[in-house]
Parts: sequence; C-alpha cells; structure tokens
Amino acid sequence: MKKSIKKFGYIMSIGVAMTVFAGCSAAKTTGQGNQANGNTIKVGVNMELSGAAGGYGNQQKQGIQMAADEINSQGGIKVGSKTEKIKLVIKDNKTSTNTSASVAAQLVNNDKVSVIVGPATTNDGTAQIPATNKAKVPFVSPSATDPDFTLQKNGKAQPYVFRACYQNNFQGSTAAKFAAKTLKGKRVAILADNSTDYGTGLAKAFKNAFDGKIVANQTFAEGDKDFNAVLTSFKNKKIDAIYAPGYYSEIGLIVKQARQAGINAPIIGSDGMADPKLAQIAGNKNANKVYYTTPFSTKASASNPVAKKFMALYEKRYHAQAPTFSALAYDSVYMIKDAIEREKSADSTKIAEGLAQIKGLKCVTGTTTINKNHDPEKPIAIEQLTNGKVSNTYESK
Amino acid sequence: MQTFFQQIINGLSLGSIYALLALGYTMVYGIIKLINFAHGDIYMLGAFWGYYSINAWHFNFIEALLSSMVVGAISGVIIEYFAYRPLRHSPRITALITAIGVSFFLENGMAYLFTSDTRSFPQVIQQHNYNIGGVLISNIQILILVTACILMVLLQLIIKRTKMGKAMRAVSVDADAAELVGININRTISFTFALGSSMAGAAGVLIGLYYNSIDPLMGMTPGIKAFVAAVLGGIGSVPGASLGGFLIGMLETLFQSIGLSAYKDAVVYVVLIIILLILPAGIFGKNVKEKV
Repeated sequence: MKKSIKKFGYIMSIGVAMTVFAGCSAAKTTGQGNQANGNTIKVGVNMELSGAAGGYGNQQKQGIQMAADEINSQGGIKVGSKTEKIKLVIKDNKTSTNTSASVAAQLVNNDKVSVIVGPATTNDGTAQIPATNKAKVPFVSPSATDPDFTLQKNGKAQPYVFRACYQNNFQGSTAAKFAAKTLKGKRVAILADNSTDYGTGLAKAFKNAFDGKIVANQTFAEGDKDFNAVLTSFKNKKIDAIYAPGYYSEIGLIVKQARQAGINAPIIGSDGMADPKLAQIAGNKNANKVYYTTPFSTKASASNPVAKKFMALYEKRYHAQAPTFSALAYDSVYMIKDAIEREKSADSTKIAEGLAQIKGLKCVTGTTTINKNHDPEKPIAIEQLTNGKVSNTYESK
Repeated sequence: MQTFFQQIINGLSLGSIYALLALGYTMVYGIIKLINFAHGDIYMLGAFWGYYSINAWHFNFIEALLSSMVVGAISGVIIEYFAYRPLRHSPRITALITAIGVSFFLENGMAYLFTSDTRSFPQVIQQHNYNIGGVLISNIQILILVTACILMVLLQLIIKRTKMGKAMRAVSVDADAAELVGININRTISFTFALGSSMAGAAGVLIGLYYNSIDPLMGMTPGIKAFVAAVLGGIGSVPGASLGGFLIGMLETLFQSIGLSAYKDAVVYVVLIIILLILPAGIFGKNVKEKV
C-alpha cells in the first residue's frame, strides 16, 4: 500500500513537472501572454470601488459597464472572422496599493484576462505593473495622471501600461498659459491636494510653466472640509487667481468657502473637478469665475457625435449628467475594442501592440492618438462656470 | 488685524466641532476607561440622518438637529449593548480593538449602503455674512458656536445637578462601590453613551450645514483629532474636552494661516505626543497615583 502511494507520488510529480514545462514551451513558441480562448474576451477591472477613491472608482465602473453592454448588445468585438462578447471580471482594490497588486495577480493568473481596465489612481496603478508585466497583460488606466506612470526607469514606455487621460505636465501647463494669457493673471496662489500624485504633480507643472509670480503655495489633504484659514491668508495677498488642482469633493468646498469669505478671484482647476457635483457642493450662486481644464466638456459634446450619444445614454441609464471619470472609463473600453479589431486577435500581447498604435480614434473625450510614451493625445478645452452652469468653453491647442 | 480676527473666528468654529466630539470621548473614557473609536462614525451617522430627514421629510433645522441627537443616542446605546457590554470584564485592549472594529464596520457599512460618493447637504438655512469691522462672520458660524456652547452647558448641568449625573460620577470613581449603594451600572453606562453620542449626532448636522458636504468616511479624521483634544484637555474631564477642542481648532487654523498648511494634521499629532510626554494627565486631568 505504502509503495503504491509512493509510486503514485512519482507519477504525480512527473505529471506536474511535465505540465509546467509544457506551459513553458507553449509560452515560448506562441509569444507568451494570456491567450484568448472560448467565445468571450475576458476584460479584468481592477478598480477603487470602496475606500477613499471609491466615489471616482464607481463612476468609472459605470462607464466600463455601459461600454461593455453597448458592445455586447451589438454582437461583440470582431476578432478576425468571428465576433466575441466581452466578459467583465470586476474586482475591488479598496483604494489600497497592496490589494491592487493582489487583485492584479488574481486577474492575470487565475481569471486569465486578456486585458485590464483600471485602476483609477496612479498609486494603485503603479502597484499593478509588476503583475501585469510578468504576465504580459496590458492595462488601460482611465485616470492615472502622473507623467512617469507609463514610463520605465530608462525613459522608455512601459510596454503594457496605457492610459486614457492626460498626463499632469500637459494639463498643468495648459492651465498656466490660460491663467497668464487669457485671464491676464500676474499673481497666483496655489492650493493643491498633496495627498495624491495628481494634485502635487499638477501644482508642480503649473509652477514650472507659469510666467507670473506664485504668491502662496499651500496644500490640503483629501477629505479636508475646512479651508477658511488658508483662504483668509490669501485674502490680503492681492491675488489675481487661485490654481487649485484636485477633485470636485474638496474643490467644491474651496469654491464655496472662498466666495463666502469675499474672494472673487478666478479659481482654476483640473479635470478632477469636471463634475456636476462641483456646483452642487459649492452652491450655484458661488460657482462663478470657476475654470477647469478638461478633455470632455458638456458643450463640446454638441459637435462630437460620440460624446452626444454617450451623454444621452448615461442620462437614460443613471439619471444624472455624465461625469468625466465615466467618460474616460468608457473610452478605455473602446480603445481596447479598437486594438483587438485592428490586431484581429484577443491575445494579451497583441492587444498591447494594438493599443500602442491607436490613431485618430473617435472617443467621447475627443479624437485620440496614442503617442510613443503611451499617453493619449487629444484636444484640451477649458470650461468656465457661471452660476453653476458651463457658460463658456475655450479651446486650447 | 482684520485677518487676525478673521482667523480667530475660523478657529473657533472649527474648534467648536472638535469640542462637541471630544465630549463624547471624554465621558465614555471617564466612566468605563474605554476609548470609543467609533465615536467619529456616530457623528457621520448624525450627518447622514440629517441629510435624509431634511430631504425626505422636509425637517427644519431644529427638528433635524434634535432628531439626529436622538438617532446618535440610540446608535450609541446599541453599539454599547452589542459590542462593549459583553466585554465589560475583559482586558482593556480587547475592548479597544473592538472599538476600532466597530468604527470600520460603520464606515464600510455606510459606504456599502449609500456608496462612498460625496453628497451635498440640503441647505435648510441660507447662509449670509455679517461684516463687523471688516471681519466676516456667517450666520451658520454663529449658529454652530451658540449651539455648541448651549449643549456643553446643558451637559455640564446634567452631570453636576441631576441624579443620573451623580450616578455617572459615582460609577466613574468606583463602579463596584456604586453598585453596592444601589446604582444600576448598566443603565448608567448606557445613559453616558447616549449623552455622548447625541453630542456627536448634533455635530454631524452642524458640520453638514456648515460645509455642505458629507461622506461615509467623514468621521475618521475629525474623530482622531477630537480624541487628541480630549487627551489635551485631560481625558475624563468635561470642561477639559471643550477647552481642548477649541485649542486644537485654533492650532490648526494658526498653522494654515502662517503658510504651513501641509503640516496642519501633523502638528495635532505632535501635540498629542508632547502632552503624553510632559503632561500625561492633560490640562484639567487629575493626577491619580496608582496604589498597589
């Protein structure tokens, strides 16, 4: 009896070893990565559905689901001669870098997804890179904005990292030019979110590109609610404008408290505040002379049929105005669709090649081309709020 | 000079919120020697109750404030009954870990039920500013200060002048002796939780009205800062908690006004460390010698 168990063990171990080697050789011959099989394309979603960034993550999930449902209702994605449906594998990373890394490992190793959408933040996205690089599975982050996010240490692009949003330097310098040229601002105070790479990165980019004088440089943290002290200290510094990069939940409060403290200088921000909730939190009568850089504007949608369709669809499904995060996430899925259709394959390495070659893809957030750093190039607009409503859109080159 | 007074006003309105929260910490600690980390989340529950009662039943400010105090009190009692009472005789560290667990439960439970989106609080009172010699004070800031002061005085009266207050003081000095003279300990402790939690519920509605933004994690940072305020004032002392709250509010405002906003949270924790090192009993705390 004992002997037979031993024998069984031998056979087992040989069997295991063989499958391992078989895996290796198969991987070597066909170009590695997760191969697509079956009649569906597995798309992993590693997203901040709870925790500090849960609000933004859930908006992105809505965008992803909308895009997937829309594609599936039209039959699916054309892969060469057949059409395959998208199957989403959605997992929550709880806005934690540790969880994000393990979610990524689960998605690529256990669920064998071909491609991942998410995470939303640069920190969680960076935590995912080792797992996806090892498995050679590409991912598209809808909103990780750090300039170095898609780059390796030597300055070359990470082969499997893509994003759908602008990188910070582009957005920050656009805002700086707008403040100096259009608003004729000479003295600007910066009030940045220093709990995210997004806020600090934009503030740095603005500072480098701005011609005038930065008279104050203050910070706040995510979740802060009281900005009265900082705003009071700005009051006697004769500022022409405030640059406040961050998300709508805090910037809304800054707008409200600034106006109530009697500061009427323009407030300039970034795409994190391009959300109807901003005016709700600030109060419509306070949301005046508020400007922000954004890829996706409610006004621009009039001339962009893809955006128009998306806005209508979103409103029908969620009974609210579409936020920027949903739009970026929606575009991420369509970028993947475009890559698969051009490469005629849903293998993970092929998708990566396809994503790197996106050219002139019509997206909700504007016609998108992926450059050699894996950053999207698309037009940027600056929207102005008056009484809580978008009153003007400035195009910027 | 105007800026200076304006910053004083800012500090006072921020401090009164910390003071209201610190009261709950200090009362619970005084009576069962437990730091109730779920206290900040009761404040969040109060804010959410205010949000729904105003939106759904069109409560006015007074109704919303009073009903959220009741909701705060009830949730405080429920938490005490289910989470802390079974651990009354276990080591203090067990109860402390439970308190952190309850806090996580409330935060993530609310995030699950109501999503972690930031919501805008319905403005039942229109905000307008009074200009006094160049210093702007809004009616809501005055309302917060006045409400906070009334509640603190009321609390002090309950503790010093009523029979229940006397029982609370007796239990906090020696629970066994209090039981021997016929005080119902469980009822007294429940009452303490109810009282402290109702303050947090009130603070939730005041904050909702003042900042116009609430979310399920809003209780985390103010909760910890209020805890520092309670330690600063002398944990277990009611006037100490009020004073500590105002001091922490002022300190944070001071650091932001001199351009060091990046350190405004750090300075609060530095204060905690300094106090624990040189004045562990706090400003109003009694230094009780341990007898063997």
